[in-house]
Amino acid sequence: MPQLSCTDLTLGYEGKPVISNINFDVNAGDYLCIVGENGSGKSTLMKSILRLIPPLSGQITAGSGLAANEIGYMPQQTAAQKDFPASVREVVRSGTLNRIGFRPFYSTCEKHAADANMKRLGISHLAGRCYRELSGGQQQRALLARALCATQKILLLDEPASGLDPNASSEMYELIKGLNDSGITIIMISHDIEASVKYASHILHIGSQSSLFFGSISDYRESDAGRIYAAQQGGTA
Amino acid sequence: MIGMLNQLSAYFQFPFVRYAMIVGVLIAMCSSLLGVTLVLKRYSFIGSGLSHVAFGATAIAAAMNLTNNVLFVLPVTIICAILLLRTGQNTKIKGDAAIAMISVGTLAIGYLIMNVFAASANLAGDICTILFGALSILTLTRTEVWLSLVLSLVVIAVFVLFYNKIFSVTFDEDFAAATGNRAKLYNLILAVIIALVIVLAMNLVGALLISALVIFPAMSAMRVFKTFKAVTVCSVIVSVACASLGMLASILAGTPVGSTVVAANVLIFILFCIAGLLTRRAKS
Repeated sequence: MPQLSCTDLTLGYEGKPVISNINFDVNAGDYLCIVGENGSGKSTLMKSILRLIPPLSGQITAGSGLAANEIGYMPQQTAAQKDFPASVREVVRSGTLNRIGFRPFYSTCEKHAADANMKRLGISHLAGRCYRELSGGQQQRALLARALCATQKILLLDEPASGLDPNASSEMYELIKGLNDSGITIIMISHDIEASVKYASHILHIGSQSSLFFGSISDYRESDAGRIYAAQQGGTA
Repeated sequence: MIGMLNQLSAYFQFPFVRYAMIVGVLIAMCSSLLGVTLVLKRYSFIGSGLSHVAFGATAIAAAMNLTNNVLFVLPVTIICAILLLRTGQNTKIKGDAAIAMISVGTLAIGYLIMNVFAASANLAGDICTILFGALSILTLTRTEVWLSLVLSLVVIAVFVLFYNKIFSVTFDEDFAAATGNRAKLYNLILAVIIALVIVLAMNLVGALLISALVIFPAMSAMRVFKTFKAVTVCSVIVSVACASLGMLASILAGTPVGSTVVAANVLIFILFCIAGLLTRRAKS
């Protein structure tokens, strides 16, 4: 049984559809990249999967035992966060909140989880530093560590490499690949088609009806959508 | 100096001065606790919008000759707080426009009602007291002191118990909601305690100056400190210090309580700005 499946989804705001006819399944351990032009509805799709926006029609079914508090999410940074006074430790720990229920404070168990995830992403030495003073790559790692605190099963990432320099973004992709190899399902929105084809196991291409595509990487390379994209990439490079 | 101390101790013989100090310090604590969250959530104007709502409600309560107007003002303010925080996210009327509409609308209606129905001979004086809190902190009755005491303890307790959750919805509401937290519930709790603080703080500084009490301590603390906890603790200390010094100064100099407290906050903000600049320069 798939971990997450979307059938005949139509998504949009205030009754106006942005995208329709979305069908795909995600199995445990998959690495799915959602690609498509700006404004094609990638972020809307992710917010619907996260149940922040209800779909206009169609269904999103979470498979065997995937509860809302087992999803990890790494959103794009908001403007407010750029000057938010918080230490990395405070940010990462807030990822464990979905486990503590009505308890008011973190127990040692949650504190350990936060420390372990900071270590895993190589930011232990930054724990006491102020979030807004970090470099872009370090901030993204802090947000990724927070997302990891919220889940052991599935991570949804919204352009984790946006705004990073080439070095930092390839480090970010390697980190994510490592997490995927350790068994965490990845669903990622990406602009970077090259990296998507390199790392992902499946691609969901959204946009106009003709370029809708869902399938494995090898199928994507053979598909119309993939060829058009590849040609564009080749043309501009 | 000794003369001043003697004067103060003479004043503190009066129970109403002691009440005023206790209530003032508690109000300063509560308002600064929430200030950090409101400033960071970009909701700084909600404080001022809600205080105008509270003014309108006070006017209606006065016109209805209610003996204890808090029982009417508080629910009205809470409802408006919930409506305002709701509109923040979606809908066609944007957050800041909604706040402006509600605040100016209730201000106008409040003044209108007071003018039409009020029995008091000194209308201008009454309104001035509600707007600037002129002397009302010194005219608190025993019940009002107890009510303020209970309400501020409630605010502090709720803030402490929900501290981590409030941090989470302040830093990133989408993440909190997406990962299975009850972000809406926490926003609701936030709205209710904001309303509580506004109604409380009307006593100290009056409707027009409440936002100063909410915003200044948080902004001062953010100039210097860099973690959420440090900023929160520092803004509480700043706020309590400014309120105590402001109230003492107003007793000695005979100045209006509210504006003296706010002036102290402005002064501290400037000092913290300079301190922030100096530490940053020292680092680089």
